[in-house]
Amino acid sequence: MKPAETVPGARSEKNTSGLVMRDVNLQIGDGEDVINALSEVSLIVEPGEFAAIVGPSGAGKSSLLAVAGGLTTPTSGTVMVAGRDMTVAGRRERTTLRREAVGFVFQSGNLIPALTAEDQLRLPVKFGGKAGRDPLELLAEVGLAEKAKRRPHQLSGGERQRVGIARALVTGPSLLLVDEPTAALDRQRSHEIVALLARETREHGVAAIMVTHDHDVLGHCDTVHEMVDGRLTRVE
Amino acid sequence: MFLALRELKFARARFGLMGAVVALIAVLMVLLSGLSVGLVNDGVSGLQRLPATSFAFERGVQHASAFSRSVVETSAVGTWAGREGVEDAAPFGNVLVNGRSGGGVEIDLALFGVEPGSYLSPAVDEGARLSDGAPAGIVVSRTAVEDGIRLGDTITIDRIGTELKVVGTLADQHTYGHVDVAYVPLRTWQEVHVGARPGDEVPERAYREITAVAVKGGSADLRAGDLAAGTESLTLEESFGASPGYSAETSTLQLIEVFLYAISALVVGAFFTVLTIQRRQEIAVVRAMGASTGYLLRDALAQALILLILSVGVGVAAGVGLGNLIGGTAPFALEAGAVAAASALLVLLGVAGALGAVLRITAVDPLTALGGSR
Repeated sequence: MKPAETVPGARSEKNTSGLVMRDVNLQIGDGEDVINALSEVSLIVEPGEFAAIVGPSGAGKSSLLAVAGGLTTPTSGTVMVAGRDMTVAGRRERTTLRREAVGFVFQSGNLIPALTAEDQLRLPVKFGGKAGRDPLELLAEVGLAEKAKRRPHQLSGGERQRVGIARALVTGPSLLLVDEPTAALDRQRSHEIVALLARETREHGVAAIMVTHDHDVLGHCDTVHEMVDGRLTRVE
Repeated sequence: MFLALRELKFARARFGLMGAVVALIAVLMVLLSGLSVGLVNDGVSGLQRLPATSFAFERGVQHASAFSRSVVETSAVGTWAGREGVEDAAPFGNVLVNGRSGGGVEIDLALFGVEPGSYLSPAVDEGARLSDGAPAGIVVSRTAVEDGIRLGDTITIDRIGTELKVVGTLADQHTYGHVDVAYVPLRTWQEVHVGARPGDEVPERAYREITAVAVKGGSADLRAGDLAAGTESLTLEESFGASPGYSAETSTLQLIEVFLYAISALVVGAFFTVLTIQRRQEIAVVRAMGASTGYLLRDALAQALILLILSVGVGVAAGVGLGNLIGGTAPFALEAGAVAAASALLVLLGVAGALGAVLRITAVDPLTALGGSR
């Protein structure tokens, strides 16, 4: 794996298939209460690279995910995913970009209670996502071949997180954004889940960013960055 | 509808409860509709089945009691008959009496006095048409037959003792103010109206008095006719308000119906509001994944529509069944049109209530799907 690049401009525009963030600033609030959630953040994550972001609560880690995934438009700077500009103003356009280019893995899976594991994976295609992978095949890949018909309440925490990972990958996204995947899991399950994320990232050539508090699992990641007060620095 | 159907199935207990409430409201709606039509029939079917389009009453008469108070001179009939746009005009009398048949059946009757040869004289189902004579031949509503009056019976009017012979029966329900209608020859009606006993000398003026001129002619200029004849016209529809109790009954029922529609819409709206608030996190996640607002709105509305159509369908079926059971004991009549309109309105207002609720989906920020972002 190639190392990630946090020096602005070093690898320039020819890297178009992963995530490229350059000089990104994000200010939240207005008037005198403006907070710089992101300050001059630059980050490049290549396809197949698994980057971790650590840092104290409120440092801006989730803001980074929100900006990279097109949930929030940054105050300034550029964000490109697979060569597509994520900073467009229109909500509708950003929704389309998220649907087509980004996969989210949320805390504790955040699955829909009414849907079976298989249906969780079929939903993105139903609302217009491209049918990237076969849901059952993908469930088998994350070790849940036997549990495709189960609903979230019939699954363990680790199993729910596996479904969440499979759901994020089902449309074949270019960028995988993972938010505290081990928050609700014990030590052993945490390692299994992060190892699964690392494997999927490499096998499918996805650029992945994981925000975590859990320093134990950083060994599975290619690069580690630390976020403090909205500033991102490469740790290893 | 991928999500909508699966959620309906998954949370069937919750949706079932909501559906039961809507179904019960639909049952009530059907029963009220039946009662409403039944009361209208009971109150004014005798008037509805008259071939007239308007009545010319005494000028200045109280509209709410026009049929019992109005007295018009027979000469007004001729004036009206000559007006432009009037196809026909005939004298009409209306008085409520108590009577007793030869068989001992006590019956209240609304005596409609009409001239035997006029356009108001009704065609009979059985027996003969209206005729003068002694005793006078009368034609009664089918509902009087159900009350025990038979063809050939002699009905004696209480107190004055006038005898009327049933010579014909009508095919349909003809009632006025919840009382069976009996058509009597105008002369007999005029004698009864002044309270003349058989054999009494009848004052000459009695034969010049009628309740109103029944006018037929959709294009007649009523105001000009009133000026010429010295009368006050009410259209047939307006005259319904002069039937005893009619306005009070129908407006009470309408008020209940309006409240039921409002309650139904509000209950459905409240249910989907709570449901949408409960689904907030889920909606945020699905929107973060790239579902458009339109998709989620369509999905939620489809869910509401399915729930409403199913529960209104069940409720209407139960209401019609129940209505057929009570049909014999109360003024109750189900009309397909009225029931269909009530069902459609329930569904429509329910959807409107649900729409107000699910619009909250648009206010859900997909950013909240990320933990710790707030």
